[in-house]
Amino acid sequence: MITKKTIFTDVIRETLSQELSSDDSLIVMGLGVNDPKGVFGTTLGLVERFGTHRVFETPTSENAMLGIAVGLAIKGHRVVLVHQRLDFFLLAFDQLINAATKWNFMFGGQTPIPITIRLILGRGWGQGPTHSQNLHALFAHLPGIKVVMPAFARDAGPLLSSSIRSDSPVIFLEDRWLHFQEQGEILESSISIGRHSVVRNGSDCTVIASGFMTIEAMRTASALEELGVSIHVVDLRTLKPLDVPFLVREVEKTGKAVIADSGPSFANFGKEIAYQINRAMFGGLEHWPIVVSGRDAHEPTSHGVIGEFKVSASDIAIAVFSALNREPDVKVLQKLKLEKWDVPNEEFTGPF
Amino acid sequence: MSSPLIEFDTRLLKVAQIGLRVRRIEEAISRKYKEGKMRCPVHLSIGQEIPAALIGTLRSREDMFVSSHRAHAHYLSVGGDLKAMMAEIYGKITGCSKGHGGSMHLFDKNAGFLGSSAIVGNSIPVGVGIALSNKLRGDLGLTFVFFGDGATEEGVFFESLNFAALWKLPVVFVCENNKYSVYTPLTSRQPISRDVTKLADSLGIVSIKVSDRNVAFALKKIAIELQKSRVIPQPLLIEIDTYRFLEHCGPNDDDHLGYRPKSEIENFKDHDPLMSLIAELIRASHLAVEDLEALEIVFSTEITEAFHFAEQSPFPTIESVLEIP
Repeated sequence: MITKKTIFTDVIRETLSQELSSDDSLIVMGLGVNDPKGVFGTTLGLVERFGTHRVFETPTSENAMLGIAVGLAIKGHRVVLVHQRLDFFLLAFDQLINAATKWNFMFGGQTPIPITIRLILGRGWGQGPTHSQNLHALFAHLPGIKVVMPAFARDAGPLLSSSIRSDSPVIFLEDRWLHFQEQGEILESSISIGRHSVVRNGSDCTVIASGFMTIEAMRTASALEELGVSIHVVDLRTLKPLDVPFLVREVEKTGKAVIADSGPSFANFGKEIAYQINRAMFGGLEHWPIVVSGRDAHEPTSHGVIGEFKVSASDIAIAVFSALNREPDVKVLQKLKLEKWDVPNEEFTGPF
Repeated sequence: MSSPLIEFDTRLLKVAQIGLRVRRIEEAISRKYKEGKMRCPVHLSIGQEIPAALIGTLRSREDMFVSSHRAHAHYLSVGGDLKAMMAEIYGKITGCSKGHGGSMHLFDKNAGFLGSSAIVGNSIPVGVGIALSNKLRGDLGLTFVFFGDGATEEGVFFESLNFAALWKLPVVFVCENNKYSVYTPLTSRQPISRDVTKLADSLGIVSIKVSDRNVAFALKKIAIELQKSRVIPQPLLIEIDTYRFLEHCGPNDDDHLGYRPKSEIENFKDHDPLMSLIAELIRASHLAVEDLEALEIVFSTEITEAFHFAEQSPFPTIESVLEIP
């Protein structure tokens, strides 16, 4: 039973449960789905309800498991594959690029491949070089794929349902820090892939973000409101396909765009959005679109430096001040920076 | 040399028929390639038709198949549509993959041939997934996964065998060992002591090793093991020693490159397993020369028709390509 107090992970679990109930062909598999922790609780109890032929553990064989999922899909199954970190899934790139995204196209459209790949993105608490990579741009670069990245627990369920029901592969990205977020009020009971959302109305600058960066953008918006700066926040929810006309309409409302993207700066996904906006409304912009991104560098583990390293709400604020041709307000930046940066909440004590 | 026909088995006629048909089709592709209308890489199976012909002979209606870049023999031996294959190689919209795939990416759902991939080892787990579905749903049939000796060096080969063993899946791994990965010999890639059947054994998978030099023995042995897997579903690995006569990729031979010893090439061509089988069948009066001639006419006619179909068919349009995700 989902209530306002239900947290993100439980929303995922309940959605998986509903989809398993409504579609006999659906299979959920991954390393840890039936272990005592059940992938941060997102798969707990599913095997008891649906059995080991529908919900099962896998060997530590990321590449083969995606190929096996492709084989299942060819036979008419829908599949959810789960990885506790995006970084672990990188072992499966051959099957992702050369099989899952291609099998339908390569054989002339005779084999839809409805596979949803849930990947969890680590943040803080020493996740470091191999547990915290934000590589969504790599996925979005591939033809034949959809990339979904919810920012709110209230959207996670409908987006996961739409992903599972999609007839082509979907990368479903979950920021680990969002796992603790309560669902709150349900705004939409179903959300199609490719539909973005205005999550805060404003008039001075449009900020476009996804996943945890949307949460940071909302913090920025609240802090700047005290200075009389009104920020319009768009949560992408889907990175691919993009609804460019929608984004252009939301940027037209303020004449300025800041895109906040947690990936490394070089060839950053936010730059694709900036290009699309520029292309559509070059003369109509009051400032060129600014992309706030991570660094073009590997993430260190040390919690002593990670607060400086990570892109966050204060970086978004600097970009907004820049778009408005205003001097940055040091106090506001300081406030945005000082908030917790190593744990998602006071109760969190690791380990991952 | 002792006769390869230990005892006559009527199924050998079918092996010979399937193999000869593949040979004639591949020879026709080789001949016509220089016309420049088949504008994609082709990896011909001339010389190594027997493994595919054996599986094609022993297949059941409900069996399924995936393969690698050298897939013509597999596709044709299990019943893939010839016209659709030729049109695919010509890049036409009437091709088995609508011109998206070419020679290396064949597909025929009616034949149970569910795809071939040109990335070495790529289709191995896909076949395992098909077998998993069969097991979960209680569907009959074995899934055959064709690959070469090079694929046994890929990590995904071990991952796939491990999973198949763990779940006791009705999957048959068919390793055609032609001793070369492109131009690189086994001796540069694996220790001399390596035996892929022992690897399979150690992973918990029943395995057999046969050679296309003794087709009757191979047929008998494979038939027995397949029957066991059909009764009690379990994975099986079959390693078949074979040899490719032409170049790795393309219509000609590549003997001038010198990567295969001349004596080795001559030895294998002198013992052409397909033609030896046919000669033996005729010698022992199991196949009449007139029947063979009649078969040749049938093959020749359908090959001519298939090329005509391919040449007459239209290309895909940019719209038809883009509408398929």
